[in-house]
Amino acid sequence: MLPLELRDLRFSAGGHPIIRGISARLEAGPRSIILGPNGAGKSVLMRLCHGLLRPSGGEVIWHGAKGGDPRRRQAMVFQRPVMLRRSALANVIYGLKLAGHSPQECELRAQDVLEVVGLAQQAARPARVLSGGEQQRLALARAWALGPDVLFLDEPTANLDPAATHEIESLINMIHAAGTKIIMTTHNLGQARRLGDEVLFIDRGLLKEQSPIERFFSQPASNEAETFIRGELP
Amino acid sequence: MNRFRRVLLCLALMLAAPGVFAQNFITVASTTSTEQSGLFKHLLPVFEKKAGIQVRVVALGTGQALDMARRGDADVVFVHDPAAEEKFVAEGFGLRRQEVMYNDFVLVGPKSDPAKILGSRDIVDAYKKIAAAGVPFASRGDKSGTHAAELRLWKTAGVDPQTGKGGWYRETGSGMGPTLNTASAMNAYAFTDRGTWLSFKNRGDLVISVEGDQRLFNQYGVMLVNPAKHPHVKREQGQAFVDWLVSPEGQATIAAYKIGADQLFFPNAKR
Amino acid sequence: MSGLGEAFAAAWALIAGVEPGLVGIVTLSLQVSLSAVLIASAIALPLGAAIAVGRFPGRQALIVLLNALMGLPPVVVGLLVYLLLSRAGPLGSLGILFTPSAMVVAQTVLVVPIIAALSRQVIEDAWREYDEQLRSLGASRPSAALTLIWDTRFSLVTIVLAGFGRAAAEVGAVMIVGGNIDGVTRVMTTAIALETSKGDLPLALGLGIVLLSLVLLLNALAALIRELATRRYG
Repeated sequence: MLPLELRDLRFSAGGHPIIRGISARLEAGPRSIILGPNGAGKSVLMRLCHGLLRPSGGEVIWHGAKGGDPRRRQAMVFQRPVMLRRSALANVIYGLKLAGHSPQECELRAQDVLEVVGLAQQAARPARVLSGGEQQRLALARAWALGPDVLFLDEPTANLDPAATHEIESLINMIHAAGTKIIMTTHNLGQARRLGDEVLFIDRGLLKEQSPIERFFSQPASNEAETFIRGELP
Repeated sequence: MNRFRRVLLCLALMLAAPGVFAQNFITVASTTSTEQSGLFKHLLPVFEKKAGIQVRVVALGTGQALDMARRGDADVVFVHDPAAEEKFVAEGFGLRRQEVMYNDFVLVGPKSDPAKILGSRDIVDAYKKIAAAGVPFASRGDKSGTHAAELRLWKTAGVDPQTGKGGWYRETGSGMGPTLNTASAMNAYAFTDRGTWLSFKNRGDLVISVEGDQRLFNQYGVMLVNPAKHPHVKREQGQAFVDWLVSPEGQATIAAYKIGADQLFFPNAKR
Repeated sequence: MSGLGEAFAAAWALIAGVEPGLVGIVTLSLQVSLSAVLIASAIALPLGAAIAVGRFPGRQALIVLLNALMGLPPVVVGLLVYLLLSRAGPLGSLGILFTPSAMVVAQTVLVVPIIAALSRQVIEDAWREYDEQLRSLGASRPSAALTLIWDTRFSLVTIVLAGFGRAAAEVGAVMIVGGNIDGVTRVMTTAIALETSKGDLPLALGLGIVLLSLVLLLNALAALIRELATRRYG
């Protein structure tokens, strides 16, 4: 699947440019955090990578896809997870079924991942009555059950309290440790530091820098990044 | 999900329940006057029991009933507009027309008698007085047998009711019952068959104004739809019904139908 | 208004007396209208969902047409179906004119636009919420449409009930294609029309009250189920 290469990627909506030519290379391994002020185009960039949006120009290239369907080997967790009106278990099974697994396999895998994210007790409960934190863990389980090579996360903890945030972060680390590439946006710079290996800093539709996490925070390459770090840090 | 399926199954069973799919039946195109007077409710069970043939009556105006039969949607026609019936047979849509029974038309109107015709036996004179006085008259205006009879009488009276349209002459464009409802509400005169009048309940201030004129005679005829035109016509069963209506038993059954003390239809089949 | 008093007395006498004729009429009314609504739902829900998630030329025009068809006069539908099923018509050989089947056909035609147009609206609103999540999980448009039907099922029940109300209450179409044949195609509404014709207004209104009570009962039942289900599934 990886590396993922973005070649002069552009996207505009209604004649208004949002991504204005981004080229980058994302390797297997490091957890990539996309940072940038509101409206910089972080979410759009992630949706372009995931294939939910069609670029207006440029290309998204999965170098390691080897002829298979790259869509099948990536998954995404959204800021507000959309829970289907059925049980927690059925929500996980839904994704597995779409991926073409047999009914028995779906059931087994779904129960496994629910166990891992700590929702085994809630498996039979309707997904929509779970708490926000539980719903986000379920969303993570649903995505991870697919066994993706790459997992996109769009501000996965933006609506959660510190305890729930902590649980999600541990799960992300665990998923990464099990060999899945993490690409994630966040507004929480502490979280970026805790989870990130490298940072892609986006400003007004342009990639300002891509650098290891320590260097980004100690010696940002652009004025914009410096202002951003100062403004966002307490 | 399981419960949902069970509910669906129950629904399916309920709907699949065989209701009314009797095979041995005929469809009769008839008039609102025979249906609404209650005659069929009295007549049909006797025939159905004897012949084992279910009779399904679609009640329309005579004009519509004949049109329905022309399209092949009925096996038997049982109506009351001799001129239109003769034409129907002449066009080849019906087989031999047979007379079954008659009743008579009456003119009903408000008790207060604004046209000064109450108790008259001269329908034509009454029509002239209504037109002259310009008092409200509710007409069916629906090409039915009753409507045709009403129009013939206007012609005899030498009045063109269309001149009163928008004024005293009011066409309801509906069946006998609705027209009587309208007349009752407007205190208008109306031309109706006696059977419908006798079984009609919402009379208000209406009473019979004119009756007993020879020209108010209302003849019913019956005929089989021509199987040569419409091959699916149930010739045998349909003919059985026609034959029974004109048979002594059928005729006696018709004569026996009464509302209170009043006999509604008078059998007069020629044997 | 002594007429109203008489009507309620007549209605009560009808219900309390349990006249076999009335039972037949009520049963047939329910059979015809429920069948029509079931068939119409089987056609209209997938249709509404397909239009909701589909993208094809003429979509907007189709939506406008469907919305307009909600106002289709029953008499017009009756005439169309009559001409279609008449012996002289294209489907005359079926020989189902003046049978309950013909009435089911007419009511189905009447109800399909209502269910399709309203469900299109509901499903399209849900689609806006689910769109990215379902596509991310790899759902094709047809399978997304089915998912949305299932997930909006509580709202759709209300729509189907609206369709049932329309079917059970209309008189123009069933009068023409059914013929109001005593014991064969006489339903609540045509019986009401007949009693009105006979000038028995209290009995007509009494039948109307019985019809209304039935529809009310059904709606109350559906509301109850919906309430319980919403509490359970969120």
